[in-house]
Amino acid sequence: MSVIEHNFIYLFFVVLLMIGLYGAIAKVNLVKKLFGLTIFQTAIILFYVSIGQKKGAAIPILEVGHGHQALPDVVAAHYINPLPHVLMLTAIVVGVATVGVALAVIQRLYAEYGTVEEDEILEKIVRS
Amino acid sequence: MKKFAILVTVLVGAILVWGATDFPQWGDPNSPASTHVSDRYITEAYSASHVPNLVSAILADYRNFDTMFETTVVFTAGTAIFLILRLPLGPLARRRNSKHPQAERHPLPRDPILEMACRILFPPTHLFGLYVLTHGHYSPGGGFQAGVILGASFILLAIGFDLRAILARFPEGLFKPLAALGVLLYVGLGVLCLLLGGNFLDYEALRVLAPGISSAMIRSHGILIVECGVTLTVGSVIFGIYANLVSRGNHEGGL
Repeated sequence: MSVIEHNFIYLFFVVLLMIGLYGAIAKVNLVKKLFGLTIFQTAIILFYVSIGQKKGAAIPILEVGHGHQALPDVVAAHYINPLPHVLMLTAIVVGVATVGVALAVIQRLYAEYGTVEEDEILEKIVRS
Repeated sequence: MKKFAILVTVLVGAILVWGATDFPQWGDPNSPASTHVSDRYITEAYSASHVPNLVSAILADYRNFDTMFETTVVFTAGTAIFLILRLPLGPLARRRNSKHPQAERHPLPRDPILEMACRILFPPTHLFGLYVLTHGHYSPGGGFQAGVILGASFILLAIGFDLRAILARFPEGLFKPLAALGVLLYVGLGVLCLLLGGNFLDYEALRVLAPGISSAMIRSHGILIVECGVTLTVGSVIFGIYANLVSRGNHEGGL
């Protein structure tokens, strides 16, 4: 039961990920499927960012004035882990771009088949 | 299908919760993720690059290749959207279009209050984007964030006015080359380092061009140039995605 005791926050990400996964599998509408995938991605991004957390630490920006060249006395435990932030920073923007590609594909499917329902598109492909 | 989905979802959730029992305590400074290389980044990044914002320092210096290819992915996505939407329609759609010709698009009514609000909001938004870019070394910010804000400022104009009005001033012939220029700036800096005798994207090689600057300071400047490239690419691609998606790729009308 250490999960509920210490890592309660991970349960939240698991639930969010399950919502996204369910949407991506069960929904027939392609736009709703895409929403599911985006929720899935959000869960993973939140999970990564939460890994970088350290109790009692500050944001990973050193307290140095502009123009100061002297090396401040940096203790790693005083700043939260910047690495997950870097990874997710790029992942969020790339996520936006890939969602754009997915929307473009859905738009093309709509122009071609007149619907965004997966089963109807499959039916039309089989018939033609 | 629904039952199968619920089964898979619950199964995955159960496995993840089971895996989470082995996780270190949340927020523990001694957890494996927060030791080893992360400690080195925090303690050494400032003396190596004079960038107090550790996220910027890691993004554009330690993990340079990662960021370079992420920028390339953003650029590729922008190009892919453009190509997907511009391909000629297939036989099914052509048959349907010949039966029901598409209704003529009516121009949207103009709203002076909305247009004035967008007119006033646009310059501060743009300026804020540039601030986030240039101040990314010392405060939260950097190339990706600045690019998104700049792209959003153009989208604001496109929503408030008309897509055609903004495309007349910021045409596709401008924002597509700008996106490519951003990637070129990033990779070009890497190649320049290579030509000057350093490793790819090793900014210290640039000291030949600017003697008298400390090696940490030249890294700081190199990070700024790379962030500028990222901003150009992300900003133009974000606006390009919007412009292509709302108008089905033909740039006529839109929202």
